[in-house]
Amino acid sequence: MKISVANVEHIARLARLELSQSEKELFAGQMDAILGYVDKLKELNTDNIIPTSHAVPMENAFRDDIVHPSIGLEKALANAPDRAGSFFAVPKVIE
Amino acid sequence: MNIFDMTIHELHAALKGKQLSSMEATGAMLERIEALEPQIGSYITVTREQALEAAGAADKKIAEGNCDILTGIPLALKDIFLTEGIRTTCGSRILDNFIPPYSATSWEKLRDRGAVLLGKLNQDEFAMGSSSESSAYGTTRNPWNTSCIPGGSSGGSASAVAARQAIATLGTDTGGSIRQPASHCGCVGLKPTYGRVSRYGVIAYASSLDQVGPLTIDVEDCATMLEAVAGYDPKDSTSVNTPVPDYSANLKQGVKGLKIGLPKEYFIDGLDPDVQQAMTAAIETYRRLGAEFVDISLPHTDYAVATYYLIATAEASSNLARYDGVRFGHRADADALLGMYTKSRSEGFGAEVKRRIMLGTYALSSGYYDAYYVKAQKVRTLIMNDFIRSFAEVDVMLTPVAPTPAFKIGEKINDPLQMYLSDIFTIPVNLAGTCAMSLPAGFSAAGLPIGVQLIGKPFGEETILRAGYAFEQATEWHTRKAAI
Repeated sequence: MKISVANVEHIARLARLELSQSEKELFAGQMDAILGYVDKLKELNTDNIIPTSHAVPMENAFRDDIVHPSIGLEKALANAPDRAGSFFAVPKVIE
Repeated sequence: MNIFDMTIHELHAALKGKQLSSMEATGAMLERIEALEPQIGSYITVTREQALEAAGAADKKIAEGNCDILTGIPLALKDIFLTEGIRTTCGSRILDNFIPPYSATSWEKLRDRGAVLLGKLNQDEFAMGSSSESSAYGTTRNPWNTSCIPGGSSGGSASAVAARQAIATLGTDTGGSIRQPASHCGCVGLKPTYGRVSRYGVIAYASSLDQVGPLTIDVEDCATMLEAVAGYDPKDSTSVNTPVPDYSANLKQGVKGLKIGLPKEYFIDGLDPDVQQAMTAAIETYRRLGAEFVDISLPHTDYAVATYYLIATAEASSNLARYDGVRFGHRADADALLGMYTKSRSEGFGAEVKRRIMLGTYALSSGYYDAYYVKAQKVRTLIMNDFIRSFAEVDVMLTPVAPTPAFKIGEKINDPLQMYLSDIFTIPVNLAGTCAMSLPAGFSAAGLPIGVQLIGKPFGEETILRAGYAFEQATEWHTRKAAI
């Protein structure tokens, strides 16, 4: 097994997910099978191959620095689960 | 005059000739949607009032003599496209109450030409899936056989066209999510070249692979829809600033002398005999039309699924970090900020999305980044080079879309790896960043549609549309309708 329940717990923490015991066990098995499958990439020698991050060769896309109207405060806050004046409100950050 | 038999072009002629109003066409579509939804489930949201209002405005334009090809045509969008003021869920519980403050450029382009929005279509959650079963809003059913999946992730976009609950739709394709459902539902579906269509306002899954494209009844409609949405968008710096050809004007030039490549790696042992037969018949049709066939090889095909599930999940784990309950979407009750993030995400995301976030997080995590993520990016280079080498010899490639016709609902839901392998013939195209189209090309013994895939060179949409049109003129598969 490449992936143990302890591994799953660690990855879940990194991903800000909370899993039930049965989810952890299910994911451990499934991720193990998937990672076992992707191991076939190791068959290929890629020592001198340049990685591709983008299919279309593209340099930085520059544009002129022009001010455009933005959507505005009310629209930007319209979906906020909680707000305080012109801010998004969240539970306390520091004890 | 039955609008449920009409393509965009036929309805346009009827609207222009005043045989029919957009109000009548839109009203009839809305009735059909309502009647068929209990059986099919194509839609997450039906925008009845907005649709009738837009239809009225279109009729006014038509009366004034301004009848663009899309004016008054009832269309629908995958629920991944932001639509200002209209709920957009992306198939997820986490966006259940999300009302976008702006619209996707692709939808704005259609709307500005007078198209009518019927509603937002079901999909796999965050476009992660091949069956539309991972949606938080129920499973869409295949109009040809309601015990089968419609394909995914743009399942609702395909089922709506097949059941004539919309004249045409837009979907997105990250690893086959337009072409595979189009194949399973017997419609035309095109994934454009990466950069051809703006993705501004399209909810991101895997940003180096995602692309917007149409699902339609026939190739002519596909050309019309692509023409309408393609082109550079200053709001999407990955959109490419090259002119959009007049796809419709060049459809009828035939395929005489066209060099079609048959990649040997796509004719595998596990290929369903009905799919094999459709492929053989398609090759015969093209031969008769004067195309030339060349045997080619894409030697790294077998590594594409593994490469995809590392790159796509890595990008997804990063893209989906924004769903944290702070600015929009679901927020869980919690005493402190970290708990709020974790609880909101855990309650809001479904199993497949969690699984992919976990896989991607793992592939990017310290100690595994080079072994998994960078390795996959290097193999991606090899896969791209396969295409570049072969496209020096051929104009297009012809392959199956999926190894089997639509499978049964529930058949693969508990085995993610088997589900992933159903995208084996569509994924390489996304990794290579080129364009491809699924065309109706036959039926299985059980009566399910089967598509074939035309793969084009980067920005070679014109050629695959022309080849697709020639095929359609020589066959009648696209004229068959699901008996629903």
